[in-house]
Amino acid sequence: MSFELLLEAIVFGVLLGCFYAAVSIGLSVAFGLLDVPHVAHPAIMVLGSYCTYVLGRYGWDPIVAGIALMPLFFLLGVAIYRFYYESFEKRGSEAGVRGLAFFFGLAFIIEVGLILVFGVDQRMVEAAYIGRSLALGEFRLPWRMVVAFGVALALTAALTIYLSRTFTGRAIKAVAQDEPALRLMGANPVRIKQWAFGIATGVTALAGAMLIVVGPVEPSLDRVYIGRTFAVVVLAGLGSMTGTLAAGLILGISESIVLMQFGASWAPAVAFGLLLVVLGIRPQGLFGR
Amino acid sequence: MAAALLQVKGVSKHFGGFAALSEVSLEVAAGERFGLIGPNGSGKTTLINCVSGALRNEAGSIVFRGEEISRLAAYQRTRRGIARSFQIPRPFHSMSVLENLVVPLGYVVGLNDADAHAEARRILKTIGLADKAQTPSNRLSQVELRKLELARAMAARPRLLISDEAMAGLAGNEVDEVLKILFDLNATGITIIMIEHIMQAVMRFSQRVICLDAGRIICEGAPAEIVKNSEVQKAYLGA
Amino acid sequence: MKFWIGVAVTVALAAGLALSRTNEYFFYAGFVVLQFVVLATAWNILGGYAGYVNFGTAAFFGIGAYTAVVLFKAAGAPLALQILAAAAISGLLGFATGLLTLRLRGIFFSIATVAVIFIMETAMVNWRYVGGATGLQLLRPPVMEPFESYTRMLFVAMAILAVIAVSIARYIEVSWIGRGLRAIRDSEEAAECFGVPTLKLKLFACTVSGALMGAAGAAMPMYMSFIEPPSSFSLTYSVSALAMPMIGGTSHWLGPVIGAILLGSVQQIVTVTISSEINVLVVGVLLVVFVVAAPDGILGLLKKLRWLPRSSR
Repeated sequence: MSFELLLEAIVFGVLLGCFYAAVSIGLSVAFGLLDVPHVAHPAIMVLGSYCTYVLGRYGWDPIVAGIALMPLFFLLGVAIYRFYYESFEKRGSEAGVRGLAFFFGLAFIIEVGLILVFGVDQRMVEAAYIGRSLALGEFRLPWRMVVAFGVALALTAALTIYLSRTFTGRAIKAVAQDEPALRLMGANPVRIKQWAFGIATGVTALAGAMLIVVGPVEPSLDRVYIGRTFAVVVLAGLGSMTGTLAAGLILGISESIVLMQFGASWAPAVAFGLLLVVLGIRPQGLFGR
Repeated sequence: MAAALLQVKGVSKHFGGFAALSEVSLEVAAGERFGLIGPNGSGKTTLINCVSGALRNEAGSIVFRGEEISRLAAYQRTRRGIARSFQIPRPFHSMSVLENLVVPLGYVVGLNDADAHAEARRILKTIGLADKAQTPSNRLSQVELRKLELARAMAARPRLLISDEAMAGLAGNEVDEVLKILFDLNATGITIIMIEHIMQAVMRFSQRVICLDAGRIICEGAPAEIVKNSEVQKAYLGA
Repeated sequence: MKFWIGVAVTVALAAGLALSRTNEYFFYAGFVVLQFVVLATAWNILGGYAGYVNFGTAAFFGIGAYTAVVLFKAAGAPLALQILAAAAISGLLGFATGLLTLRLRGIFFSIATVAVIFIMETAMVNWRYVGGATGLQLLRPPVMEPFESYTRMLFVAMAILAVIAVSIARYIEVSWIGRGLRAIRDSEEAAECFGVPTLKLKLFACTVSGALMGAAGAAMPMYMSFIEPPSSFSLTYSVSALAMPMIGGTSHWLGPVIGAILLGSVQQIVTVTISSEINVLVVGVLLVVFVVAAPDGILGLLKKLRWLPRSSR
């Protein structure tokens, strides 16, 4: 591969990687911090994409639509966590298998529901920045990737600051590390976790909007994103926000290079391959706690 | 002098940047009643996790009956004679009390089905749970759960039994019940390491005590000395 | 003893039906239901007994199908040999997947099984010998006496496979292996501390489970006279194989059988009368409903209503 092509792949990979990081950050909170076996996370993101698509039909800009959807998805997240907690976590012992089966079933229902409503064909949105490229020196960067990159960076930064600077944010981190201590301080761990899960889901709405900006979506997209999001979260190390960005970049660049070298059909396998390798060699990830 | 059953030399264990154990060394003689105390987070459970094999120590060696066991899986260590009870009881909750004991009797001791069931009944009798044999283990009271933990450890026919806070949260007479079980076990030749917060129990039971704080040993000796030691008092009360 | 009588009756019934004048459609549908009995039983050996949730049934099933195709295309192998080879290859896949991820927490094993689907499907899409993305047409060999049609023969073959699968599951369940797996499911940490070689047992369960799933897949190409990646690796297999034991009951070998027969029949009816998408939605909804409201499945409900004796195993 020529050096120019490699460089182009890397640049594209950086844009893609940042997008992957933003898409995974909700899972970083839900699974990394709260330990919920949330395999339905990508499905909810795809749901967000389709909601954005619907709003797009009414003339909404996708990113604006995504932001508008965030409060709705926040409430959805709170509801899902509450349901999960009451049905599974509370009952303790048998929770593991059934909690996992529950989220798997939920993801499946969302996917099939989307097929029933929208069909299996791909859907896309239109915006001023989709379809045109930014010329940067010798490179032509698609504007939609640049916009997604920018939004992703802002989102990741915002969430990282929230978790480390605000009171509720730090409470969320605390509940992940030492729940009994939190209880002793008078805080209610369940309400904090509920709030955190709500935020994780709200963020995922915007991630879904970015997803449909970056490319067309179809209902089965959640399957490949299970690999990508879990690869990022595991590679980052459970609970590390900054790690998510680094891991996203690693995945993005690797995928971009594979895409250029071997073609589109092998690119999705990169995430899964990376996940298996990380689990085999260093399961605690880069910055694991 | 009694031969050392267990020799822990320079064992360290980190979690991320946090040092749970730093260069811990101790020896336990065969047949001894050994107490392990220390405030919350001092590394007691981490230490016995390293000994029992639930965790791998990063540095140092652990020698049991003359054999280095640091590289062995937990079930292999159990088959060599190390058994433990859990701080928060972890019964096999879908099984009856009797079946809980059958598992180690088969997998550790190697008994067949019939013999395992008979031996399990015998153990339940000695520990006072005979009438609960068919009860599902997720329907026991706290003290019964603690007894089951010990009974299960007994079923593994250990040479070394590590009892991790078996009496936490129990009332006075219940503590005495459990203590008596441990004394009886020791009388049959089983070496016992007891981790407890109930000082009274530790002092009555132990022949020797070690105190941990922040992953290091800060004091070692007879119970009477330990109680008076200023370092120990500081560790528990906070300087 | 009662079990073996049941086995003999089942095989005799299947053979008898195949030789009778029964409507051909019955065998088409019956084959599918029996296939699900095998898949659900196989899934339950690892999922129900040991508590490790496999999302990737489709991978093991699909690889079994493709192994059969390769053997058929390369050597004209008879069905029995195809099934054996498929079981071997899928068993090996199960072993490899397990070796890589069974040391870790359950959820990572589950995600890894999704990875296996992807990787296997991508590999088959890129392999021209088996038809690649467009698939391969297959010519069925002439049907053996005394069967009237190839489908009938497949029906009996699947019935025998179902009986074998259930026998294996039952043997594991009542043996010391089953006791060890149950200990792992209840508290893996305690099991490891009380002499249970947890990794070895999990690998065993994963390998046997994978092998049976592959065996179930082997008959598929002949059944359809066709093979292609999307339908061979369809996620419906993964969801069904998981839903059926959850609905029927996971702690006893009868649970997956009940779940497969009930849900399999419902699936056939809904697909024919409404649509295949709605069918798939129904499976998902039933899974969630049962997982939340009836965690011990139908067998559990029957025990609660005291229609079945409660045995504390």
